Amino acid sequence: MLDIIKSENQVFCKTKLMTDTPLSYCPGCGHGTAHNITMEVIEEMGIVEDTIGVAPVGCSVLAYDFMDIDMTQAAHGRAPAVATAIARTWPEKYVFTYQGDGDLAAIGTAETIHACNRGENIVIIFVNNGIYGMTGGQMAPTTLEGMHSSTSPYGRDIETMGSPLKITELVANLPGVYYVARHAVHTHKHARKAKKAIRKAFENTRLNKGVSFVEIVSNCNSGWKMNPIESNEWMVENMFAYFPLGDIKVNGKLK
Amino acid sequence: MAKVKGAIVVDTEICKGCEICMPVCLDNVISMSKEVNRKGYHYAYMSDPDACNGCTNCAIVCPDRAISVYRIKVES
Repeated sequence: MLDIIKSENQVFCKTKLMTDTPLSYCPGCGHGTAHNITMEVIEEMGIVEDTIGVAPVGCSVLAYDFMDIDMTQAAHGRAPAVATAIARTWPEKYVFTYQGDGDLAAIGTAETIHACNRGENIVIIFVNNGIYGMTGGQMAPTTLEGMHSSTSPYGRDIETMGSPLKITELVANLPGVYYVARHAVHTHKHARKAKKAIRKAFENTRLNKGVSFVEIVSNCNSGWKMNPIESNEWMVENMFAYFPLGDIKVNGKLK
Repeated sequence: MAKVKGAIVVDTEICKGCEICMPVCLDNVISMSKEVNRKGYHYAYMSDPDACNGCTNCAIVCPDRAISVYRIKVES
């Protein structure tokens, strides 16, 4: 075994675009994988010096500490508005936002929808775990029917709390949006597919095509009160039934 | 036919013991240690080094990128 472990035989290691700061996420959280595959795409495309990220408010608020590229951080929900300004100031740059469901689909719904409707040339990476993770597991717009959270302890009741918001399908109908896909990162197959989708999104930015929107359905084992493997199984059974994976809009055409 | 042999190196201080890497390893190479690291997590280690083929499945799902993978071809 020892003769295998040599630098010339290395086939996989952490990308240089992730700093050595330990990730603040809970064990098994999909955010870490989503961060890493995004940075791997940027490294593989060789666009490190031309990429500017916008961090949200939420669990991933410290994304700028983990991603070793030019980044800024927006007020809660306003990442697409900040990204709009950056993309219009430097049209040749690759601008992306990295947002959770509380940021993108709750407080930032207006900014999301209008940035998508205007067709700004940005990439939006949306991590959906169906709960407010950072603040202690409160109900989010994407919380499933009957799902328990600290503010819906008896389960989400559709009559009083409304249905879970499919924001990805919503923005897919807007004319400014060029590419929409929903992926996951809990297995190697899903993570590789998600990486391809993120790569496609950044290539659309290169071609000046408008908004590319990639949703990543993730677990939140702390918020869901499960261990990481159980939460992934629960996600496959319940989240994927309501949020089916796959391409939703490709080359400006709905699937 | 050339055979592929692999090995993983786990950064035991980065590993948070989430066990996500275990079900994606088709050859059941990875187990969790009895010892804990400085954060108190049981870290992943290669319990069956001979079975590893360096497929990188574990490394790509590791949220903290604690795993690096090595691979060689062995003539048989």
